[in-house]
Amino acid sequence: MRVAIAAFAGLRELLAGTAADLELPAGASVADAWSALERRQPALAPLAVSTRLARNGRLAATTDLLSDGDELALLPPVGGG
Amino acid sequence: MFAIVRTPIDPVRLDASVRDDLFGAVVSFLGIVRERADDGRLVHGLEYEAYDTMALAEFETIAGEAYRRFGDVRLTIVHRVGRLNVGEIAVAVVVGSPHRGDAFDACEYAIDEVKSRAPIWKKELYADGDERWKSNACGHRESAV
Repeated sequence: MRVAIAAFAGLRELLAGTAADLELPAGASVADAWSALERRQPALAPLAVSTRLARNGRLAATTDLLSDGDELALLPPVGGG
Repeated sequence: MFAIVRTPIDPVRLDASVRDDLFGAVVSFLGIVRERADDGRLVHGLEYEAYDTMALAEFETIAGEAYRRFGDVRLTIVHRVGRLNVGEIAVAVVVGSPHRGDAFDACEYAIDEVKSRAPIWKKELYADGDERWKSNACGHRESAV
């Protein structure tokens, strides 16, 4: 299945030049998607602790399962206002 | 009214969005780009970006929370994204209410929550050409990974 990746701020810059989506096996979880992204960009690893993930616009748990066509957003600590 | 905008915020126009003949108070908070970073470095401007759809949903959730906490309040929350210069308005929270106490409380609540929860990011652009993504002190919530 194919999952679209939306990364923001420093994470967007870190993933610049990499594909905008991920090909994952059926039944893959949010954690599996993050692991695949870490293999693509190892510099992501230390940022796992401060990154929140959203599936289709809602905050997701690592155990949440993904579906074909989902959007997974990578959200670093926010800085609005 | 909730919006992420790419052009300058006109606070006078936002005032109308919270008016009601039953409301005797309008309180506005404007967040302005300032010349000094928290560590004292000279700032030329800020670059904001947002996850628009999720940020708008968060604004709406925060306004709903304010309504439940403070009673009859109407909120407008607008955040600008893109490159902003010193002195420009980055965010506006405007609250209408029958009385000023609830309007002040709801306004403070809403801006605090926007800063800690809304998926919006800023990069500080320093006068010396350096730049850095800067998170709010309250912008670190539990991680999902």
